[in-house]
Formats: sequence, C-alpha cells, structure tokens
Amino acid sequence: MAALIILLVLLAVFALSLVGIYNGLVTLRNQVRNAWQQIGVQLKRRHDLIPNLVEVVKDYMGYEQETLEKVIRARNQALSATGVQGTAAAEGALTGALRSLFAVVEAYPQLKANENVARLQEELTSTENRIAFSRQFYNDMVMRYNTRLQVFPSNLIASFFGFKDEAYFEIPAAEQEPVKVDLR
Amino acid sequence: MPRVACPTCGYHNSAPAAVCELCRSPLRGEGSGAPAAPPPRARRDFYSEQVANSRDSWVLMAAFVVLVVAVAWVAGEASGLGPAGLLFGVAFGSIGSLLAYYAGDRMVLAASGAVEAAPGREPVLHNIVEELCLASGLPKPRLHVIEAVAPNAFATGRSPAHASVAVTRGLLQKLSRDELQGVLAHELGHVRNLDMRFATLVGILVGTVALLSDWGWRSRRFRGARRSSGRAGGGLVLLALLLAIFAPLASRLIQMAISRRRELLADASAVELTRNPGGLAAALRRIAADPAGLEVANRATQHLYIVNPVKAFGMDSGALFSTHPPIEARIRILESMM
Repeated sequence: MAALIILLVLLAVFALSLVGIYNGLVTLRNQVRNAWQQIGVQLKRRHDLIPNLVEVVKDYMGYEQETLEKVIRARNQALSATGVQGTAAAEGALTGALRSLFAVVEAYPQLKANENVARLQEELTSTENRIAFSRQFYNDMVMRYNTRLQVFPSNLIASFFGFKDEAYFEIPAAEQEPVKVDLR
Repeated sequence: MPRVACPTCGYHNSAPAAVCELCRSPLRGEGSGAPAAPPPRARRDFYSEQVANSRDSWVLMAAFVVLVVAVAWVAGEASGLGPAGLLFGVAFGSIGSLLAYYAGDRMVLAASGAVEAAPGREPVLHNIVEELCLASGLPKPRLHVIEAVAPNAFATGRSPAHASVAVTRGLLQKLSRDELQGVLAHELGHVRNLDMRFATLVGILVGTVALLSDWGWRSRRFRGARRSSGRAGGGLVLLALLLAIFAPLASRLIQMAISRRRELLADASAVELTRNPGGLAAALRRIAADPAGLEVANRATQHLYIVNPVKAFGMDSGALFSTHPPIEARIRILESMM
C-alpha cells in the first residue's frame, strides 16, 4: 500500500514537471515570435519614413539622383524580402544606402539647415536604434530559447514534441560599423 | 576571506590588495605622497558586474537584518517587552516607508518641480526612452522635465508599471544623443532592478532600528528603578546604551553602502541595454564637470539622482556616508567594460 502511494506520488511529480517544461518551452517560443514581430514593426517604421525623406531631399540633390535611387531600390527590395536571413540581408543593404545618403547630405549646407530634414534625421536615427535594440532583444530571446532546447532534461521533451532552433538575426558584415546619420 | 574596507569609498575589497578595487585609492598607509598610477582594471563585462553588485547588496541586506534582530532583542529585554518589541518596531518602521512607497513618486516629482512632458514637445526624449524600452522589454515610464540648467536625472515609482523618469532641461540641452541614451538607460536600470522597492525595504529597516534604539533606551530608564532587581544585569544596560548610540549610525552606513551598490548595478544595467559604456561614461564626466547647482534637490532627494546634485560635500564626496560611489570610480568601471 505504502509502496503504491510512493509510486503514485513519484508519477505525479514526473508528470507535473513534464507539463512545466513543455509549457515553459511554448512560452519561450512565443516570446521569440513576439520579439520577431517587434523587429517587423520597427522595420516598417523605417520603410514608411523613407518616402518622406526622399520627398524633402530630392529638390536639393539634383546631382545625386543615383544615391536617392539606390535608397528607393533598397527599400523596395526590403519590402518584398521574406524569412529571417532574407530580411536581414535586404535591411542591411537599406542601412548601407541610407548611410551613404546622409553622407551626401553632409555636403549640402541648405539641406542641413532644413528643419524638416533635421526632424526626419532624428526620426531615422531613432528608428535605426529601435531596429538595433529590437534585434538585440530578439537575439537574446533566441539564445535563451535555443539554450533551453539544448540542455538536459528539456532537450528530451523538445525533440519529442518537435521544437526547432530559431535563427539569429545576423548582422551583415557591411552593417557592423555604427550608423552615422548625425548632422549636427 | 579577509575583507578590507576602503577608507575613501567604503568598498569592501575581497583580497588583501594594496589599492581599493573600486576607487584605486591606497588601502593602507597614508604616506609616500600621491598614490602610484592605478594599474589598469581587469576587463569586466556588464553581466559579471551585475551579478557582483546584486550579490553585494543582498549581503548588506542580510547584515542589516542581523542588526535589526540584535537591536530588537536588546530593546525587548531592556524594556521588559520581550519579542513583542521587534513586532512593534517593525510595525512603526513600516508605516512611514509604505506611505513613501505608494505616494513617494508623486511627492518627489512635485518637490523637484518636474512637469510631465508631452510626446510632441520633447520628441528626442520620448524617442530615446522608447528605444530603450524595446531593448529592455520594459513598459514606457512617464517622462518629466525639470526646468533647471544643471544636468541631472532621476527615476522613481514603485514598479516598472508605475515608473517615472525625470530629467532636467540642462541635461537635454548639454548632452549628446549617445550621452542622453546612457543616462536614460541608467534610470531604466533602476526601474528594472526594482530599486525603489529595495530602497523602501531598507528604509523600513533604518526606521525600525532608529525607533527601537530610542525606545528601548527610554523604557530602560523609565523602568530602571523598579526592575533593578530583575534579570537584566549591568552588562545588558551597557549593551543597550551602546546599541542605542551606535545602531542608528551603523544602519545609516549600511543604507548608504547599499545605495552605492545599486548605483553601480544601474550603471551595469545601462551597459547591458545600450552595449555602449562610452555614452554613459561621457555623460557622467560632463554632469560632474558642470558648474551649475540644482536648487530643487536636497538631502532628502539627493540619493535619487544619477549624480549627487548636492555639490557642497567637497572633501567627503568619497566618504562612508555618501549615497553615490565616486564618479571617477564609476567612469573607470564603465571604461573597463568597453
């Protein structure tokens, strides 16, 4: 009788810890997905700012049409990119194009003095930071989730229920230097 | 393990070192003129800084509880109330602190002349805080501006959902965007580390010790004549006298030491959020070098600010009673994380 009770208690503890580990994995996976959505929100913010920027800058930049076109092209490519790797590459190209646009802006004093440009520049600086920070948060969450998939005993449950590693948002090599859109 | 307290900043060094690990001032011997150039601090990362500071503040907390229990026991014995003395002391000590816990943020903001900032009015401030909330996963705190030229900032509020951050006009005007980001990340670090809650807990303990020592000593004198034949001997009277004098002092010292730990912890948290120790280091240097004084700050609110705004401390800025670690030490730690 006593042995049966002990066995039942042990089974109950075992089942409960299984449930706990499984639920923990699901929660973490949802947090990773939510963090990914956050990056998407910030990337969209940047895509929406670019037409305004182009509108303000284009009148001043008669000789620099090529730089502007590069930004527009990069934005359109980023809009149609899919998947973690594809998005990371396209957004990296857009960051590079924006950086060269602001380098050109440096050479136009009237442009630097323009209030709209200053405001857009602050918005873009902020957006670049938001993208970087939400990416940092996403990667931190992915690291926690992937670690949970690899450590004992949750790795057993994870492989039984088919939990898969999530991909990091890798920074393309061209984007690794800090973004400088500071006109001050 | 022998621990050596630094005479300049109060940091407890774990190894028998010749200079303080925190502020690099010599630990023993005043002589031999100026201290030699400090050896470069070992490279640290924000993670180990946070672990160390978090651990140290809990060790201090444990020391505090021991002190409270000792004082309560002596006060209880001396007054003849026994263990009930502890209960009374904690109850009295808690009331004021809980009031401060729930209404303190509004009181501090009002006393500092802070005005809530509308998003349209301060776009850069709102942008930077929103960026950092993405990095930390915290809800956005309410933002306030103090119309003062001295650059400074503080955070208050009992939980991340009820947090407020206030910055001075001077901070917004004199700091670059990177520096502002460092300062605001430090304030969000306080919010995330639940430092208001921690300070409230410490405040309860300080109040308890003060009340108990005062009260235990008074009751002893009132009852002294009647109880002179009781079990309370001369030794206990002496102990009660010593504790009544030194316990409040000791509790203040521990409180200040905890406050300094929490500042360093918030610095490390700021680096975790921004991954840019240079921004906060530059901001601290600029704030410390600014000659303007902050009139709205006083002894009651000085511990809240990122850099102690009461500049009259002069020589004892590194003393045991200061609420902040020496600014040079904070900058050195930040630079070691670069």
